[in-house]
Amino acid sequence: MAEAEPRWEHFSHQADIGVRGFGATPAQAFETAAMALTAVITDPRLVVPRQVVEVECEAPDLELLLVDWLNALIYEMSIRRLLFGRFRVTLQGKRLQGRAYGEPVDPKRHRPAVEVKGATFTELKVERRDGLWMAQCVVDV
Amino acid sequence: MSREGNALEYLGEERWRLPPRGAMRVPVELFASRELVEALDAKVLEQACNVATLPGIVKASHIMPDAHWGYGFPIGGVAAFDPEEGGVVSAGGVGFDISCGVRTLLTGLRRDQVEAQRERLADSLAANIPAGLGSTGLIRLDDRQMRAMLAGGARWAVKQGYGREEDLSRVEEEGCMAGADPDEVSERALDRQRREMGTLGSGNHYLEVQEVAELFDAETAHHWGLRQEEVVVSIHCGSRGLGHQIGTEFLRRMVVEAPRHGIQLPDRELACAPIESSLGKAYLGAMRAGINCALANRQILTQLTREVFHRLFPDLELPLLYDVSHNTCKEEWHRVGGERKRLFVHRKGATRAFGPGHPELPEALRATGQPVLIGGSMGTASYILCGTSASEKLAFSSACHGAGRAMSRRAASRRWRGGEVVAELGARGILVRSPSLRGVAEEAPGAYKDVSAVVESAHRAGLAKRVAKLVPLICIKG
Repeated sequence: MAEAEPRWEHFSHQADIGVRGFGATPAQAFETAAMALTAVITDPRLVVPRQVVEVECEAPDLELLLVDWLNALIYEMSIRRLLFGRFRVTLQGKRLQGRAYGEPVDPKRHRPAVEVKGATFTELKVERRDGLWMAQCVVDV
Repeated sequence: MSREGNALEYLGEERWRLPPRGAMRVPVELFASRELVEALDAKVLEQACNVATLPGIVKASHIMPDAHWGYGFPIGGVAAFDPEEGGVVSAGGVGFDISCGVRTLLTGLRRDQVEAQRERLADSLAANIPAGLGSTGLIRLDDRQMRAMLAGGARWAVKQGYGREEDLSRVEEEGCMAGADPDEVSERALDRQRREMGTLGSGNHYLEVQEVAELFDAETAHHWGLRQEEVVVSIHCGSRGLGHQIGTEFLRRMVVEAPRHGIQLPDRELACAPIESSLGKAYLGAMRAGINCALANRQILTQLTREVFHRLFPDLELPLLYDVSHNTCKEEWHRVGGERKRLFVHRKGATRAFGPGHPELPEALRATGQPVLIGGSMGTASYILCGTSASEKLAFSSACHGAGRAMSRRAASRRWRGGEVVAELGARGILVRSPSLRGVAEEAPGAYKDVSAVVESAHRAGLAKRVAKLVPLICIKG
């Protein structure tokens, strides 16, 4: 059960909060990092995947690509008033194609704690640790 | 205490100095009491040292008494750069929430007059001030209106019927930041703003109804119309999605282009560009448009607030005391080593604090110096200070901006439950209205430094002098 669950966590930053995702591949770590992003706002299990949004990003390296991916999600959440609870990412070199599944924010049900302003370059890392990929950065709330 | 902390020299009057070493071009200068210095996160000094390495920095990398760990620049950091010396402008040195700030309105009501209507007032404010994620403003701007707003700021808002002409003299830059370039604001930034005009946002943003609980400087308070036991309204918010998107995009561009400008970054978040480069100029144009967006937003919220009060207290004028921003980069003239210089002063979580006689102050405030509005955390005190003449020499006329966080959101939400925080504040006579209990827990008063100690340090250092202490009666949280 534990292995099948997407694994993500938050880490502390004095003013803001860090998001960290793990996966067997960089793409999977990007997906779980996105789950951690949603969890800053609400419990991802409360988000029903009723609709899908596709995003594409391109960056000179994997770390910048992580920031771009999270910022693309922040942008889509903001303009569409959506929350996302499930993600699919494919990486081809420096290009990312992602799908985010979610639904419109329902303040009564989701009780959003905070809105995320942007993903930052602070504590930004995409690396392999003990055979597992980790993708993390601090997000500004 | 960190290695850097041990090297701090005490200069007297709450001033500390860390001499330059390694790649630092200037020293770090810190304003704080011994207790605040001891509690300071080592990361703050490290970040201030990194800022001191940036090209064209003048005099010192300053840290205000409320400083806490930011990204790149510390929050509570002040740094000025000289364009003639290859000085830079930094998107991280302004922050994502461009021109986040505070404005305070005077009601002229006594506390007991508000007490009698408190529940109704709180409910009506909560119903009429859009707050929290997913809330939308009532105003929709098309492209032409959006550009006019970005060029005109609060001046544009007044023309549209939000507030009054006389409000403008009580806003920094008289309500309109010059040099804004709406063409440098991306479509994506405009998209994020379409539904967010006239919204408070979330996180540490709030609208508070407050009582003037204590006066420290009766003469200045009298001059500004602040009377003990009377009620004021303070609004803390910024440039909303537009500012966040401008920050996001320029931070990335500055990271990618830094090597082209020959800039070595000790931390990517310090990303910057020479003031005179095309990227530097583009950022300044977009950032100033972001400032105007924040000024317009607070002006619209002022109108919404006045409408709520008018329903319960007809004929109230609610004049504006002042509107100050604390995430900006401003072009200003300062005297450095006997020479007048044109500098680009970054204040990241720091308030401008012009002293008496400053030519940029409106006539009505020139005799006293400008009001410096210090937002407390929810449920604790806020303060109104006054700019001093000494502040110019100390830190380019700057002071602290708030309490500053002492604990992360994660730690706070594990330590407190939102419902308990609301109940505890309620028992102390403070009504909290918020769409999110977890948001309330993350902003619990105990997660912040003691704002009174921060203000006391700023006062003793001479950055600004204390005028009044405000305590909350109603708090609308995003």
